[in-house]
Amino acid sequence: MRIPCPFCGSRDLSEFVTLGEATGPRPDPAASDAAEKFYAYAYLRANPAGPSEEYWYHALGCRSWLKVLRDTRTHVVESATLAREGTR
Amino acid sequence: MHYSFFSLLQNALTGHRGWTPTWRDADPKPGYDVVIIGGGGHGLATAYYLAKEHGIRNVAVLEKGWIGSGNIGRNTTIIRSNYLLPGNIVFYELSMKLWENLEQDFNYNAMVSQRGVLNLYHSDGQRDVFARRGNAMRLHGVDAELLDREQVRTMLPFLNFDNARFPIQGGLLQKRGGTARHDAVAWGYARGASDRGVDIVQNCEVTGFIIENGHIAGVETTRGPIRAKKVAISVAGNSSRVAAFAGLKLPIESHVIQAFVSEGVKPLIPNVITFGAGHFYISQSDKGGLVFGGDLDGYKSYAQRGNLPTVRDVCEGGVALMPMIGRVRILRNWGGIMDMSADGSPIIDKTPVEGLYLNAGWNYGGFKAVPAAGWCLAHLIARDELHPAAAAFRLDRFARGAVLDEKGQGPQPNLH
Repeated sequence: MRIPCPFCGSRDLSEFVTLGEATGPRPDPAASDAAEKFYAYAYLRANPAGPSEEYWYHALGCRSWLKVLRDTRTHVVESATLAREGTR
Repeated sequence: MHYSFFSLLQNALTGHRGWTPTWRDADPKPGYDVVIIGGGGHGLATAYYLAKEHGIRNVAVLEKGWIGSGNIGRNTTIIRSNYLLPGNIVFYELSMKLWENLEQDFNYNAMVSQRGVLNLYHSDGQRDVFARRGNAMRLHGVDAELLDREQVRTMLPFLNFDNARFPIQGGLLQKRGGTARHDAVAWGYARGASDRGVDIVQNCEVTGFIIENGHIAGVETTRGPIRAKKVAISVAGNSSRVAAFAGLKLPIESHVIQAFVSEGVKPLIPNVITFGAGHFYISQSDKGGLVFGGDLDGYKSYAQRGNLPTVRDVCEGGVALMPMIGRVRILRNWGGIMDMSADGSPIIDKTPVEGLYLNAGWNYGGFKAVPAAGWCLAHLIARDELHPAAAAFRLDRFARGAVLDEKGQGPQPNLH
């Protein structure tokens, strides 16, 4: 598996670590339903068999956080963008 | 047909023409009392104990491929109960006790071999952690022995004791641990269940649930709808997908773990050995192949195959531990899809849908848990109450903050 880092180009899997699904922003701890929101945020996963958006960190490269669209059935990486450029 | 020395002798004298199929390949009926989704080790064991211990025989096991084609055929066949946390030890020790009597119980040779599981430690801190785990095990009545360097050297003189970075200081030994023949476990349970009237339906993939007024009423399958009063999900690797049919979102990610087997060599490795400085475990099959594995690949996957960096990492661990295997050729490797749960521990519980039960989140410990998972899930289905040994494996423990995090890694499934 190779990941097309927008900064470094196509790089080998061994340079990256993954955090898992690119979920939404951290919930507001002051909200009245914060416990429920944090439970969903910390523990629950969609875990789709198919295209999945994930956060990957280019640890042995440019050290950027990437948002990678990858198919979990085939490991085909469809796109990778800098996570900070995302809309989240 | 009951297997015995007598039946073997009789068939040997009559040219082995009298053997009958081990179990019955059934077509689905329109309805059952209980439907179990997944014809792997866990599903078949559940059906077996439902029929044998609880007298519930109007049961179907639905398998999307052929039985034993999932993780029961994609593991490293290790059985052990060397856990630290109270909620885990009791359960895995129940499993160990069931393993010890399994072959007599289901009259099938599962080749259970209690050859011992040795976890090596390489630092003072690691020794303390292992001593703590060994003490926790002994307090629960599980056998554990803390060995020093010389005791390990007597047992396994071929290890690399003087590795400059990771010298072996000793190990924690569970003598009752060992290995079992994975396929025979599936076939033995299938035979025991089938003989008691359970229908084993192959090539029958579940595509949805029939839910009426919040109560389960059956499943939709590729071979038509099947009605059922109770349904259990036992589909490691695909739990999130199947649970999603019922609108459930689980604290689980699916990950690939690779395992390897070498060419056959003469008897070399007497027990199961794990390398404490990396992540590497190895045993030798009765055919002579070295069976070994290591870490997860680390990313979510449903592909049943992994990538090369992990292959290299596993092989480096092996050669660091026992340089003598450096020239052994790898015969084949495979990937299995694991339910990695958010705290590294499993789930055997009811779901918010009445009559729908969940057995999931086995991480890479599913094989050794087969007998007890079947035992506890059957108990839950038959009596609608949790088995005491699996009382900690609740689905709501994450929301309650009562996680069973054996490694203390936090809610990051790929680190467990």
